[in-house]
Amino acid sequence: MDQYQASQKWLHWLSAILILGLFALGVWMRTLGYYDSWYQTAPHWHKQMGIILLFIMLVRLIWRLKIKAPAPLINHKAWEVKVAHITHYILYLGIFTIIASGYLIATADNRPIDVFGLFSMPVLFTPFDGQEDIAGFIHEYGAYALMALVALHIAGAFKHHMIDKDSTLKRML
Amino acid sequence: MKNTIKALGAGLVLTLSSTVFAAEDYVIDTKGMHAFIEFKIKHLGYSWLKGRFNDFEGDFSYDEKNPEKSNVNVTIKTASVDSNHAERDKHLRGSDFLNVSKFPTSTFKSTKVVSKANGAADIHGKFTLNGVTKDIIINAQEIGAGSDPWGGFRRGFEGTTEIALKDYNINFNLGPASEKVELILNIEGVRK
Repeated sequence: MDQYQASQKWLHWLSAILILGLFALGVWMRTLGYYDSWYQTAPHWHKQMGIILLFIMLVRLIWRLKIKAPAPLINHKAWEVKVAHITHYILYLGIFTIIASGYLIATADNRPIDVFGLFSMPVLFTPFDGQEDIAGFIHEYGAYALMALVALHIAGAFKHHMIDKDSTLKRML
Repeated sequence: MKNTIKALGAGLVLTLSSTVFAAEDYVIDTKGMHAFIEFKIKHLGYSWLKGRFNDFEGDFSYDEKNPEKSNVNVTIKTASVDSNHAERDKHLRGSDFLNVSKFPTSTFKSTKVVSKANGAADIHGKFTLNGVTKDIIINAQEIGAGSDPWGGFRRGFEGTTEIALKDYNINFNLGPASEKVELILNIEGVRK
């Protein structure tokens, strides 16, 4: 069985946990009232975890380009391979888009993002007019769209595991 | 020749009297930005949070002899709210506060001016914010008036008023100390 490498598995599952966690945290923190004790803390955690995800995703992207993914299983139909590849491609694109837009919201007034007091993510772009609103729109709807794609990605994995009974999912475990 | 001088003289007197006695129309100087619409609200009751609206326009007419006949109109683009914190401004523009996509402008139209001593006046009017219109009174004070160095004539006022957020259907709970907002208008008009 042509497995993903251990490093790829770690990167995959770590970013999976972070992405799902960030989504849940993002939805939840917006429901908080001004006097909730998490009102300040939750967005701060959302931001610094987002920056951590950025670094993981950058490593992952470089790694993916360098050592590639294992070849598709022989039983995979051509359209399945194609859909899977397109989904993976858009997942990468979507994740980076959401991270970038989140970064643009947080830095829209020239304030860097503190990451666990270890370092600050500096403001790299000159803020543009309406930056936090435009970036906010992309961040919010991008996140919902990404979750739809994640659902497709998971459905694909389970379809191969339960219906086709092949090793697609096991290659990532 | 004599007649011409007389006519000129009469004309001059007429012009002078009209500038002295008739209501004067002013446009608020937003071009050179000698006007500021600011707000302040208590943060938790421990300090004042200040912000302003950057984009607005307006005019007023001023009648020195009959200040009661003066009036003022101001239109504010609510999306221009600026409290020097992008994420807070984004929140303020959203549905919890100003609803700017639904209600892009806030307006004040005076209905009555009651003049008081020493250049002070109560400006009664209709204030619209977040789609709700209420009667308010702005406590105004003339700061000064006179010609400017560039051939124009200017007149400036400061006005303050206090509104309750819930009157304007803004119900986000900021705590008991933060239910009211003070609005501070500093406007300089250039005579038309």
